[in-house]
Amino acid sequence: MGEHTVSAFDLELGEIDQLIGRMSNTAGTMVAASIRALLSGDTAQAQRVVSEDAIMDSLQHELDDRAITLIAKRQPMAQDLRAVVGAIRMAADLERIGDLAKNIAKRVSAVGQNAMPRKLSSGIDMMAALVLTQIKNVVELYVERNAQGLDALRSDDEKVDVSYTAVFRELLTYMMEDPRNITACTHLLFCAKNLERIGDHVTNIAENAYFVVTGEQLPAARPKQDEMTAAIVGG
Amino acid sequence: MNIMSEQAIEKAVRTKVPPEINERIKMRGEKVTVHYGDKQALFDVDLNVRENQVTALIGPSGCGKSTFLRCLNRMNDTIASARVGGLITLDGEDIYDRAIDVVELRARVGMVFQKPNPFPKSIYENVAYGPRIHGLTKNKAELDEVVEKSLRKAALWNEAKDRLNEPGTGLSGGQQQRLCIARAIAVSPEVILMDEPCSALDPIATARVEELIDELKQNYTIVIVTHSMQQAARVSQRTAMFHLGYLVEEGATDKMFTNPDEKRTQDYITGRFG
Repeated sequence: MGEHTVSAFDLELGEIDQLIGRMSNTAGTMVAASIRALLSGDTAQAQRVVSEDAIMDSLQHELDDRAITLIAKRQPMAQDLRAVVGAIRMAADLERIGDLAKNIAKRVSAVGQNAMPRKLSSGIDMMAALVLTQIKNVVELYVERNAQGLDALRSDDEKVDVSYTAVFRELLTYMMEDPRNITACTHLLFCAKNLERIGDHVTNIAENAYFVVTGEQLPAARPKQDEMTAAIVGG
Repeated sequence: MNIMSEQAIEKAVRTKVPPEINERIKMRGEKVTVHYGDKQALFDVDLNVRENQVTALIGPSGCGKSTFLRCLNRMNDTIASARVGGLITLDGEDIYDRAIDVVELRARVGMVFQKPNPFPKSIYENVAYGPRIHGLTKNKAELDEVVEKSLRKAALWNEAKDRLNEPGTGLSGGQQQRLCIARAIAVSPEVILMDEPCSALDPIATARVEELIDELKQNYTIVIVTHSMQQAARVSQRTAMFHLGYLVEEGATDKMFTNPDEKRTQDYITGRFG
């Protein structure tokens, strides 16, 4: 895409893109750190994640301010307008990802007196790795303006859901094996749910990014079976 | 309880209700070319104007949009060196046919210019002039009625009714432009051509003219040339983008300003041109 006749317009759009980049980096760091803190019982690290949420909030405010000023000043059209509106929406999803990471971190003090038994946590560890890749990739694909990649990434959310179902079943088994696992496993279940929600926000970001790049909405949500019901009936 | 099946919901979401828009073609342009002397200003423009819709013509200066507009009521006839080729029809009738009376054509296809140009006469006379020379009214009472109706339609009646005998040139710029619109309406045109009608007006007068355009499209077909992208996006249903004498792209305004097909349109409307 060529440059605007008014170069300040390009600068302002660039600044908004940079803020999205910073928010996604911060969100990724927060999710990774919250999971590490949870699995190792590191309350200090958990505390850092909680305090980083304030950074996310201020980044989102800054992005909102810049986007609104840009609309007022430049009256963007076509892909410029989509980029600004898309950025506002992506920032909201990234901010929610930060919130969910904070929620995970807050559980650390509840569970974290001693490190989580390795056996209980391996499923969540894998799920977290999957979600982190998604967060990293979605913004990279957006920066590259890669529509096909974004479409594929949205479909990949299926993997997070499958992984969530697996963790759910696994934790149920541990609880049935030994009731002393129930407290830890329940906390882990909530964390797994938070990770699954983060995956949904990444999907939203992919859909928004796809719209910004192509001007078209991806077709309505992919078919999804109710996996929880299946898991409970099956379990 | 009546619960929609998932397929029914899916179908309801997918089937968009078609908007009830009149798609009748009022004016048709086929392979329209214009030469000013040796210089060609328009190249094979195919562009239709839909009835009771506002069609906006956009593009950078010198792109041919005003030239095309002026073809629609043979305003280019007044320029000695101008030659128009191709076919332009009004309700299927070739407007460049020898049998066409140009004066009558211009009554059917009225025009409002960039700078308000009221006659140096009273407000009343400005509006009454057209109906009088075209013999549209039988007596003074009828003429009064046409003047009032036209001023009302042009949203000027309330401001002008107590000063109908004052000179039209004494009105503010925005009022003068609405007076010119009233003057165009007075001869009951079918199509109104507007050549940058708001470029000399302040934002409030512009908003009033835009509001007026929106109302007028109920009864008239409107073609507007504008340099303001936002104005084109606000007032029109169809937009045509011109560049260097060629029609680049024509389509529904909503699409043209959010996701145009052509790169040149995209570059122009987003401010990336030249």
